[in-house]
Amino acid sequence: MLRIAKLPIAVFALFILVFPWTARRIPAIEHYPDIMVFAGIYCLITIGLSLLMGYAGQISIGHAAFFGIGAYISGILTTNYGMNPWACMLIGMAVTAVVAALVGTPSLKLKGHYLAMATLAFGIIIFIIFNEETQWTGGPDGMSGIPGLSLFGFEFDSVERYYYLVWGVVIAAFIFTVNVIQSGTGRALRAIHASESAAGAMGVDVARFKILVFVYSAVLASLAGSFYAHYLNFINPATFDLFFSIKLLIMIALGGMHNIWGAIVGTGLITFLSNEWLQYFEEFEVIVYGAILLFVTVILPEGLAGVPGIVKGWFRR
Amino acid sequence: MSAGIEENVLELQGVVMTFGGLMALSNLNFKVRRGMIKAIIGPNGAGKTTLFNVITGSFPPTQGTVTFNGRPIQHLKAHKIADRGISRTFQTVELFGNMTVLENVMLGCYTRIRTSFMASGFVLSQARRKEKQIRENALKILKFIGLAHKFKDLADSLPLGEQKLLEIGRALASEPELICLDEPAAGLNETETHVASSLIKAINAKGITVLLVEHDMKVVMNISDEILVLNYGRKIAEGPPEDIRNSPRVIEAYLGAEA
Ligand SMILES: Nc1ncnc2c1ncn2[C@@H]1O[C@H](COP(=O)(O)OP(=O)(O)OP(=O)(O)O)[C@@H](O)[C@H]1O
Ligand SMILES: [Mg+2]
Repeated sequence: MLRIAKLPIAVFALFILVFPWTARRIPAIEHYPDIMVFAGIYCLITIGLSLLMGYAGQISIGHAAFFGIGAYISGILTTNYGMNPWACMLIGMAVTAVVAALVGTPSLKLKGHYLAMATLAFGIIIFIIFNEETQWTGGPDGMSGIPGLSLFGFEFDSVERYYYLVWGVVIAAFIFTVNVIQSGTGRALRAIHASESAAGAMGVDVARFKILVFVYSAVLASLAGSFYAHYLNFINPATFDLFFSIKLLIMIALGGMHNIWGAIVGTGLITFLSNEWLQYFEEFEVIVYGAILLFVTVILPEGLAGVPGIVKGWFRR
Repeated sequence: MSAGIEENVLELQGVVMTFGGLMALSNLNFKVRRGMIKAIIGPNGAGKTTLFNVITGSFPPTQGTVTFNGRPIQHLKAHKIADRGISRTFQTVELFGNMTVLENVMLGCYTRIRTSFMASGFVLSQARRKEKQIRENALKILKFIGLAHKFKDLADSLPLGEQKLLEIGRALASEPELICLDEPAAGLNETETHVASSLIKAINAKGITVLLVEHDMKVVMNISDEILVLNYGRKIAEGPPEDIRNSPRVIEAYLGAEA
């Protein structure tokens, strides 16, 4: 059976819980909780992408766009219309769901990787819209003054408070996704990945499932976008470009596509690499990512999540 | 026959299937009586697999109707046809290779028991109950096909003979009224072939109608009630095994003799 053990999830949740408390005491990593907020936001995207790509076998190169749609809907509705941020978040997710269904349906009804092409084009178009629709988005300069989040008078106004908010949502999304993977629905997704014709012959509505998972992953990306906007209080189009979509894929590839843990591990590593450890590489950063992708594809096709299996294999011999 | 029980489970009328200029099935008419084992034979390229693909909804026929339990199904997608009660195996094994033997059969139960995406994510108690039910059903089927001891193995790791059995098991899990088996004995040795043909008989004894495509004439002659012979997409003979065995047209088609 495909069982995802509960214990590591509990250990991980515990780690998330105590991390800021520990980091605060160690000057060298004092600022890590801030990076962890970004890692959490990106994890929301990659958890959905992992279900879409690793389990259902569909490729999207446009998730930066859904991330951006969530961010901009939150940004525009809160700053220009003074709407409640939580309501904006939900509106963003609903709009993204509709958009994703419209983009995904034609290509997902076909066999083959048409989704990759469709999402690539879609990502580029949305990026142009963010840049050009200046009166809404502020154009290339972006928009500022996006309010922070508060709930029943409790302000998420410190890094730590926001950290716990984001990671609480990440862990909820993670557990939800793990449950899906372990259910009949997850089985159907993996079946689609292995053989669409056999899955169809066994009663699985292949097209519907592909669309459903695509929409789910897009909605999570939109939610992540809203969190991003309310955390930074500022957004600009550069965050949501094609390179970010590709970076998401690298996160998943590094962590391991066929394992939902891969999304967490890969996202954490890449986020720290790009926000911290690779600072002095500057524009050569891209080369490092290329090298990582190459290394993983050739040496570690199962990603870092595959390493425990390899090590176990050594001991068995 | 408005009472709901048709004498014929399946009926094809004027079915045509063309691929570009190639006519893979031409004006095919036949009926399958409930509860029988009907074999479809014919030389390579005769259109047997194409016929299965049309019946099970891999693609719609170019022309004609396919009636299942008195209702037309030729316009339905594969998964809808599976829900109605037709299941199949594939000539080239199409297992879910990266899933275990048990999971393959559990997926087969999908036509009968399923949970929504949301219910799966929140693991509602009914979702858990259903999952347990599915597992029990699947284990029962694995016992029936004799693969219970391998339930944990990856489907890919099984030898061909067992993969073929597993495909039959997966198809059975959908609780079909009609099962279409595409060359279940191809590539099997004598013992395995024997196991496969007893299994087909056992399936039939459960009341499931069987459509069987098979090149192994011993199997076909032994277990089928009726045989339909295809050549170049046309029906050239249909009847009980003894008639087919002696039909000059069939012998001719197989030997490729000129008229
Ligand atoms: N999807 C397809 N596209 C184009 N041509 C096809 C397709 N499927 C089958 N054909 C053609 O239709 C004809 C019938 O093929 P089919 O696979 O049905 O034969 P078959 O009776 O199953 O043969 P075999 O005994 O070798 O399995 C062949 O000429 C084949 O090339
Ligand atoms: Mg064939």
